[in-house]
Amino acid sequence: MSQNRPKTLLKTPLKVVNVGLDGFSDDLARQKVPVVRVQWSPPAGGKPDLARLLSKLGA
Amino acid sequence: MSVIVNQVRSGLYLDSVALMRLSREIAALDGIEEAGLMMGTPANKDILRDAKTLDATGESAAAGDLVLAVRAATRAAADFALATANTRLDQPKQSAVDASTWRPRSLRAAVASAPDASLALISTPGDYAASEARKALALGLNVMIFSDNVPLDEEVALKQEAREKGLLVMGPDCGTAIIAGAPLAFANKVPRGRIGIVGASGTGIQEVSCLIARLGDGVSHAIGVGGRDLKAEVGGLSTLQAIDLLDEDDDTDHIVLISKPPAASVVEKIATRIGESRKSFTVCFIGATHVPLHGDARLATTLKSAAELATGKRLQTRAASLADGVARGKSVRGLYSGGTLCAEAQVLFRDAGVAACSNVPIPGVRRATPQDHGHVLIDLGDDEFTRGRPHPMIEPSVRDQPLREALADPSVGVILIDIVLGFGGHIDPAGHLAALLKDRVEKGPLVIGSVTGVEDDPQPLSAQTRKLEEAGVIVAPSNADAVALALRAVTS
Repeated sequence: MSQNRPKTLLKTPLKVVNVGLDGFSDDLARQKVPVVRVQWSPPAGGKPDLARLLSKLGA
Repeated sequence: MSVIVNQVRSGLYLDSVALMRLSREIAALDGIEEAGLMMGTPANKDILRDAKTLDATGESAAAGDLVLAVRAATRAAADFALATANTRLDQPKQSAVDASTWRPRSLRAAVASAPDASLALISTPGDYAASEARKALALGLNVMIFSDNVPLDEEVALKQEAREKGLLVMGPDCGTAIIAGAPLAFANKVPRGRIGIVGASGTGIQEVSCLIARLGDGVSHAIGVGGRDLKAEVGGLSTLQAIDLLDEDDDTDHIVLISKPPAASVVEKIATRIGESRKSFTVCFIGATHVPLHGDARLATTLKSAAELATGKRLQTRAASLADGVARGKSVRGLYSGGTLCAEAQVLFRDAGVAACSNVPIPGVRRATPQDHGHVLIDLGDDEFTRGRPHPMIEPSVRDQPLREALADPSVGVILIDIVLGFGGHIDPAGHLAALLKDRVEKGPLVIGSVTGVEDDPQPLSAQTRKLEEAGVIVAPSNADAVALALRAVTS
């Protein structure tokens, strides 16, 4: 599992990864806040229990 | 005889807001009685079934499939609607971000391409939000979880993991944050300043930050923590971390805390932490009557008084007139899109000794029943109004039917409303309301309200206020002032 160095919220320049509603990343982009948009779709064939298990395994 | 036609598209995912907008567009086509485009989760299929739009094809959809469901007057109308929906679904999306930009398909790929990312904003369906948050923490990101319906034990586990890693989890059900001047999700473009906010309530943060701006000050950061953070089970984990962050922040001089009344076991922890701080605090636990505080901390009973105490200034209350004559009926009907604004209204009724009831009552206020005809203060963002529909701040038509009923009810003397502006919200909520009020009868109820917003919002405050005033709405400078006017109108 990759362990990046934690980024203290208020001491690091804000750069957002948006996962979900596209409107939120549109709003951030309009304000020139750097944002990376994940092309998200339900993982694990749309099975939340399996997705939960995979996330706990670091997948 | 109506016909129901469904189509299932496997492997096509659109977010819920995009689908609700498209559903509304399809439902407005000729010959369509009802239309719903939803991912095929069990909860969504229940909604489609209740709306009598689901057939055997839709029933067979899996959670990761998109269901297109229509009920139409004729088969031809249904086929045309589905064809229209498919055309729209296959169109490239118009977006503020260049459509040609490569988009990673996972958080891991996103962070690989942007190692300096600092925050994941997660607004997936609730079933998946905790999984995505866990991945974000493992990648070293702070997390804001906008999604709701995340189990409480998952919330606790995520917040404990974050704390161990030196990261912060805002949410779940965190609607509002402002980090270094950047509004996240539902927030307003308030000026930067020296006041930090920690809030378990989205509209509470919005109202206080906008009133601070109106009083000539600004906000360093507003950190949302989610509506359950101060419950005993969560123990204020994120609130305490957010206080630590603002305590260490050189741009913050004063800190405002906003929440519903915390669990007794949590109040003492928060009060102790405040007592250890070098900074001054304003605490607004809306609905709480007694809070033991240590250190340099003052208690505010309303959002308005929180903004006034934090800035040391008084909000100028324009002498808004109560129009001609006295209210016809003697009851107040509050139709709120902001849950904390509805709670603030209840505090003011309770403290004025005027009995009111609500679908989301604060301590000391009675739960409303459908038979209630006294003062009724309704939070239209509550689940009973938003099942399968967007929140009224996104889709103001949620208020249409309750508003029509209140306008026609002879016992209602005043209708209290809120308009909440900002990023994430509807682009013209005042215009929508004004159109609805155009046809109201003379001598009907007074409509009194306030606008939570600032001039730099996507919907400029002055233009929204003007639309309301032209529609005959009495616009007060804050929700607390609107409630005070309403009380005066029905008790004078």
